Amino acid sequence: MTPRTLDRPMAVVSRRQFMTGAAGLTFAFAIDRCDIAAAAVSGDGANGAILSPWVSIARNGVISIMSPAAETGQGSMTSLPLILAEELDAEWDQVRIVPAPVIEKIYGNPAFGGAMFTAGSTAVSAYFTPLRTFGAQVRRVLLDNVSRKWNVPIEELTTEPSTVIHEKSGRRLSYGEIAAFAQIPATAPEIKPAQLKKTSEFRLIGRDVVRVELPKKVNGTAAYSIDLQIPGMIYGTVLESPVEGSTPEQFDEANVKAIEGVIATVRLPYGIGVLAETPWAAFDGKAAIEQTVTWNRTGKAWDFDSDKGMEAFAAAAGDLSVPVTTDWFKQGDVEDALGRAATVIEAEYQCDYAYHAQMEPLNAIAAVSPSGDAAEIWCGTQGLTMAIDTVARALGIPHEKIKLHYTLLGGSFGRRGQYDDDYIVHAALLSKAAGRPVKMIWTREDDVHNGRLRPQTAHYLRAGLDASGKIIAWHQRLAGDRVMPFTDPVRYELSGHKDLLLMLGVELRSYDIANQYCGLIYRDTGVRTSSLRGIGYTANKFVTEAFLDEIARHRRVDPVQLRLDLLKSTPRGRPVVERVAQMANWGAKRPEGHALGFAFIDYSTTLLGGVAEISVDRGSGDIKVHNFWCTIDCGIPVQPDNVVAQTEGSIIYGLGLALFERISIKDGAVQQSNFYDYQVMRMSDLPEIHIEIVATDNHPTGAGQMGTPLVAPAINNAFAALTGKRLRETPMTPDRVKKALG
Amino acid sequence: MPDTFHIHVNAAEHTVAADGDTPLLYVLRNDLGLNGPKFGCGLAQCGACTAIVGEEAVRTCVFPLSAIGDAPVVTLEGLGSADKPHPVQKAFIAEQAAQCGYCINGMIMTAKALLDRNPHPTRAEIRQALAGNLCRCGTHLRIVRAIEAAAKGAAP
Repeated sequence: MTPRTLDRPMAVVSRRQFMTGAAGLTFAFAIDRCDIAAAAVSGDGANGAILSPWVSIARNGVISIMSPAAETGQGSMTSLPLILAEELDAEWDQVRIVPAPVIEKIYGNPAFGGAMFTAGSTAVSAYFTPLRTFGAQVRRVLLDNVSRKWNVPIEELTTEPSTVIHEKSGRRLSYGEIAAFAQIPATAPEIKPAQLKKTSEFRLIGRDVVRVELPKKVNGTAAYSIDLQIPGMIYGTVLESPVEGSTPEQFDEANVKAIEGVIATVRLPYGIGVLAETPWAAFDGKAAIEQTVTWNRTGKAWDFDSDKGMEAFAAAAGDLSVPVTTDWFKQGDVEDALGRAATVIEAEYQCDYAYHAQMEPLNAIAAVSPSGDAAEIWCGTQGLTMAIDTVARALGIPHEKIKLHYTLLGGSFGRRGQYDDDYIVHAALLSKAAGRPVKMIWTREDDVHNGRLRPQTAHYLRAGLDASGKIIAWHQRLAGDRVMPFTDPVRYELSGHKDLLLMLGVELRSYDIANQYCGLIYRDTGVRTSSLRGIGYTANKFVTEAFLDEIARHRRVDPVQLRLDLLKSTPRGRPVVERVAQMANWGAKRPEGHALGFAFIDYSTTLLGGVAEISVDRGSGDIKVHNFWCTIDCGIPVQPDNVVAQTEGSIIYGLGLALFERISIKDGAVQQSNFYDYQVMRMSDLPEIHIEIVATDNHPTGAGQMGTPLVAPAINNAFAALTGKRLRETPMTPDRVKKALG
Repeated sequence: MPDTFHIHVNAAEHTVAADGDTPLLYVLRNDLGLNGPKFGCGLAQCGACTAIVGEEAVRTCVFPLSAIGDAPVVTLEGLGSADKPHPVQKAFIAEQAAQCGYCINGMIMTAKALLDRNPHPTRAEIRQALAGNLCRCGTHLRIVRAIEAAAKGAAP
């Protein structure tokens, strides 16, 4: 990836790993994929100015550490610098966190080929070892300097937070004092993995600190892009075509321009923009356009109806004569095993489209230069690198001419950070047309109508059991709407045409099932889709864990015991299962009308167990969740309370998806509009949620969305335990409940 | 033609020229530069825009300017400062009761109005009072804990 500077002139890549800064010590390292790189320091060298260090130590002891990830409430802005501070042995109160500029070569996420992309709950996992190593290297340089100054062997020196100590002589020097005289070596000291701290030596990792940006969110001074004002700025919004790929034909422009505050309308390839003096005038203008506009029907999704589409998906999945598009996953010989099986059980499931509903309606500010050859962008996005790529393509200008100022995000959940982030493109094109800065804001209705949805899927499964009841074959055919070719064609190419966002989670990696197969029946409906919290796992683990429950019921074995039996080759999963069963008092008698359901999932090597306690109102069809117990093993919990917070959050998100969140499509268009017809979980609906971390010394893995897929199967299995009936769709809406209960 | 309104916001008087049916949110954000109240749905469906008018937590995205009258308006900015946070704000920090933070204005303002009229609410009363305030990150449980702590005066 080409390095680029956005807040400063073009970076110069130096051969030195360390450099001196004017205000104290400045250290800079680069992450080159997963390796600790050879040197890549951005600096102009000539005057020693600090450009892009990871760490700098000022003489007053303040330690500035860069934060390379977007902050959308998941806490990376705190936990990533904290990992570096741990090995540096920095006093946390003296640490200042600075959002890193967009320079991929230095700050890129190793999980995404070095792009600055905050997604997939990868940040802590991917940056963990590089950041620890950087911290240890900086600490070593400080120790070397003190060793030389005092003429004592480095082995006699130790550190306490922000202080080097020579115990024999009782001498101490603070990091700030060292910064005043330290010499910086030409090459970084080598730190081997074994030289990093042991888990028992951690002072910061595993101890909760206040999230750095949280106080500002509580006192109203945190700035989201929707809050920013740029000099000379006007406002804009865009009415997008209801169907991707269609363009506007006609509309009554005079009506729009008659609205007070409307400045102009702008024809765009995919919609019509309005420029105005206030956001509200722009919204009124858009509403007027909606009254008269006509669209051509070139978009693919016209005529598509999600209910009929689902029937067709299900028919294709369940009809073995319909060829699969690809063999997604094969292990052993499933056909042979099905042939040998004493019993074959089959089942069908369906999962609907769903919407992100981040609380901040999508918006961005663009200031395109009058000649159109440069742009500044202010926005919240998970994809810092992609935002620049997107604008460069939209305006036909080089990356170097684009300056990105990224802000806090008012929620995201996979919606922001796509190949052609629509809301950012809108802002750029409107500003280009206006010749001045434009803040583009969508209404909630736009945000829903232009939603890039969790795809709809239909699943057909067969399991083969031998005479003892052991599962010897697991066969699935999944018919699903495409995601990655639409949302991120570049990564789709890079992945070798693997639609990971749709399909992850279908493989049963933890379970001892020798013969597995999943065929993908790939469908392109033309509906806008993208990653949504939990991605493919949400549908795919629902299906797996509900079907396993059917098998347990068929065999009359305890569902928890079935999972424990299947986890023989994944011993790490057993404590997760056992502990959550204990927490829920699994097996104990419940109040009349209540029942428990169990689920286990492995999500990118994070392991979770979940138990839901539900009751059902047979009159209304409402499922009431009373309790949800959850265990999570995400390796070393860097910020344990935040792991719990993220897990609570992802479970609550999963409750909405499991119970009522549903987008329907008619003639290609999203039918819902706002929170009155797209309900999300409310404070008054919540169960008690009980979470325990099963802490292990394993490398940390993700926690930001892993609870989401756990919820639907646990509820579904509780419903079966309570009623003897199986719900075969998510969301498990009252209508569907009543239908199942007859 | 716009009318002139004199409104009291966060203990200061402001003169605003706007139509009487202009929603208060527009005036707070665009005319007064108060960004605590957030635009979330525009239809009083999510609560992100909540401010206190008189003694009531109102949805400023649908609350007309002309309905304010003499009632004082308090926004999140007027509740406390970075140095002197309001007890409810202190409790939100102590409980780490914010994730993306976009809904938090509404949660805090609704909680403040609740505690003013009912200083010792039950958990069920808190949940009911906040049922119209949507949060998408799933911070609900911590928000309830923070309000309980604030009610007990337990925030440090």
